[in-house]
Order: sequence, then structure tokens, then C-alpha cells
Amino acid sequence: MEIIIDNLPRFLNAVWVTIQITAISVLIGFCMAIPLSVVRVCARWIFSWPVYLFTFYFRGTPLLVQIFLIYYGSGQFQEQLYAIGLWNLFQSPWFCAVLSLTLNTAAYSTEIFRGGIQGVPAGEIEAARACGMSGTLLYRRIIIPRALRIAWPSYTNEVIFLLQASSLVSIITVMDITGVAGEIATRSFAFYEIYLFAAALYIVIVYGVLWVFRRIENRLNAFLHAQNA
Amino acid sequence: MFDLEGYGPLLLYGAKLTVYVGVLSMAIAIVLGLIGMLGKISASPVVRFLVNTYTTVIRGVPELVLILLVYYGAPTLIQDISLLLGHPVYISLNPFVSGVLTIGFIYGAFSTEVFRGAYLAVPKGQVEAARACGMSTALTFRRILLPQMMRFAIPGLGNVWMVLIKATALISVIQLPELMRSADIASRNTKKPFTFFLAASLIYLGITIISNILQQWAEKRAGRGIRKA
Repeated sequence: MEIIIDNLPRFLNAVWVTIQITAISVLIGFCMAIPLSVVRVCARWIFSWPVYLFTFYFRGTPLLVQIFLIYYGSGQFQEQLYAIGLWNLFQSPWFCAVLSLTLNTAAYSTEIFRGGIQGVPAGEIEAARACGMSGTLLYRRIIIPRALRIAWPSYTNEVIFLLQASSLVSIITVMDITGVAGEIATRSFAFYEIYLFAAALYIVIVYGVLWVFRRIENRLNAFLHAQNA
Repeated sequence: MFDLEGYGPLLLYGAKLTVYVGVLSMAIAIVLGLIGMLGKISASPVVRFLVNTYTTVIRGVPELVLILLVYYGAPTLIQDISLLLGHPVYISLNPFVSGVLTIGFIYGAFSTEVFRGAYLAVPKGQVEAARACGMSTALTFRRILLPQMMRFAIPGLGNVWMVLIKATALISVIQLPELMRSADIASRNTKKPFTFFLAASLIYLGITIISNILQQWAEKRAGRGIRKA
């Protein structure tokens, strides 16, 4: 027990790293996924296929391979990356961790939002067209807000998965909760105490995030509750 | 063609091990899922509480932390307890066994939810009818519930399998020479990490594509005799 209390500041710092990495990846991934999902449902295959290939690759391979491909794999292109001035970025485990998590969540979220867009009732789109909306206005006002409401529960799951998947960045030496737990455990040999504590930290964060996302879902669907009241 | 500087066979051997680990843990997950489902619909509140705790805790903790907890934590825990009892026992777990058991245990929680959903989708009248025909509970389960549940459960189990086969990559952190670990060894020896991790990712992609085809076949087979809309 003392070992956990002694290392509590390090654990709190690690919680912050985990939340930070997850939050940055989720935010950038979300901003990528919305336009990508619109392109994904595009009728012209020349636009939709590249997006489909991107999502297919990132959904079909383990995240660990993607992290290794970016972190260790970039070493094979050291000279080229150095020439264009990106080598410093790819040397940093933190950058590679965020990059791979972002691409991964962007791929999963694109497919989730695609499902949402395709789930928008045809009548609503017809009604918007009849009101004279088209193109970006139709997407901005009608399709995207409706698709987000439809896709929100699945998107919540995706965020939870990403939060848990962020534990993999400890393998490339980022000091998140799992990384700190691993280091303290190998030094002190208190394996089960430390890992159980790490597991408890994750559970608290996961159910905390779940609670926040449920609140957002209630807000998004507030108009539905108003009818019942 | 698939030589990769002499490391092709090593990767293929790793892929074989990955599939073994995947299939064995999936079998454990399905058995645990069925037991968990029976627990969730059990009349005893104690059993329901235990199963709910199992699914809630497992789904809140990252796989990596659980794998490390079992592989490093379980032997030290047993050691400490046996020391307290006065008969010190020293064990070390085999990476294959602990990997399969941990992955199976984690995805057992996910398949519990899948089976519970499938159970709820079978009309209650059919169970009552079977009981009225004089079938025992066990016979009703085997002849009426299980075959119909399978139809509803296969898409969900397919999803569990897709996540599970990718999660097997995590066992490489406990040194089991499956696909990911083989690619790691090869890339260290040849200094070509990008080539080998890309090759590994393409093998995972191949496994995903084959699983997709099998899943479609299984869904069609389980849906025989159902009228299509």
C-alpha cells in the first residue's frame, strides 16, 4: 500500500498524460472524421474509394502494428524525413503515439458517422430540399446534426475504446498510466498491487467519460424529452 | 515471393500462432459468454451481481493492463499468499497459456453482452411452448434457445472476433512469438522495421478479410428458413 501512496504524484501525472493523449487524438480524429465520412458516402467512387481504403486498413490491423509502423518504421526513412525537416517529430514517442491514435480513431469514427449519415431519414432530406437547401447548407443544417445524434452512442463506445487503447503507447516509452505502473512494478516487484491500482484508475476514468458522454447525448436529444414532459 | 530476406517463414509461423491464440481464446470467450448470459438471467441476485461485476470491471480496464496483471501479477500474488500460509510456491506462467486465458477472459465479458442481447431477441412464447411440450430446461436450451440465439448472436460474435484477433497482438509484450513479435524480431535483425511491420499489418488485414467472408457465410447459414423481407 505504501508504495502506491509514495508514488501517487507520479500516478496523477500519468493520469493527466493518458487523458491528454486521448483528448487530443479524439478532438483531431473527430475533426477529420466528419469531412471524411461525407466524402465516404459520395456517389463518385474516385472520391469515396481512397477514404474506404484508409478506413479499411486502419480498422483491419491492430493498433499496436500501426504504432510500431509509425514509431519504428519511420526510422527506415530517416534521411528523407530529415531532408524535409520532420525527423525531429518522428523521433518523439509522444508525437508518434498521438499520430497513430488520431489516424486510428479517425478511421473508426468515419465509419460510425457514415452509418449515421446513411441513417438520416430520406424524408427529412427531401423536406430540406423542398425548402430550397442544397449542398453544404443541407449537410450543415440537416444531415450532420441528425447523423451525429444517430451515431452518438456508437461514438461514445469508440472514445472509450480509444481511451483504453491509449495504454499501448506505454510500449513506446510514453509515461501514461500503464507506463508508470510498469516502471514502478518492475522496480518494486509489487506487480499485482500496482497493476490493480492502474486498472482501478482506468475504470474511474472510463466511467467518468461515459457519464460525460451520456450527458452530451441527453443534451443532443433534448427535443425528444420535451415532448414527453 | 514471400521471402523477406529469409524472415518470411518466421512471419508465417507467427501468423499461425496468432490464429491459434485467436481461435482458442474465442472458444473460451464463447463458453464464458454463455455461462455469463445464464448468470445474467439467473434468479439469484448474488449470481447476477457477480456476473455484472465481471462485465463492468473487464470492460472498463484496458486489455494490456489485464495481460500484464495476469502474466506478472498472478505469480507474485500466488507466491505472497502461499508465503502467508507457510508453504511457499513459486510458479511462472507460460506466455501462451496466460495470453490465451487472459484474452478469452476479457472477451468472455463482451460475448456475455452479445448472448444476453440474443437471448432477449428470442420470443418468450417459444420457450413456454417447448416447456408445454414437456421439454426439460436443458433440452429447451439446446433445441430451442441456442439455435435461435445463434442467429442473433453471430453478427455480434463476429465483431468480438475482429477485435479479439487484433488484441492478440498485445501478447507480443509478454514475449510470445506470434505475428507481431516475429515481425519485431525480424525488423531488429534487418534494421528494416517499416518493411516488416507493413508485412505483418497486411497479414492481419488478410485474416480480417477471410474472417469477414466466413462471417457472411455463417450468418447466411444461421438464417436458413427465415423469410427475407
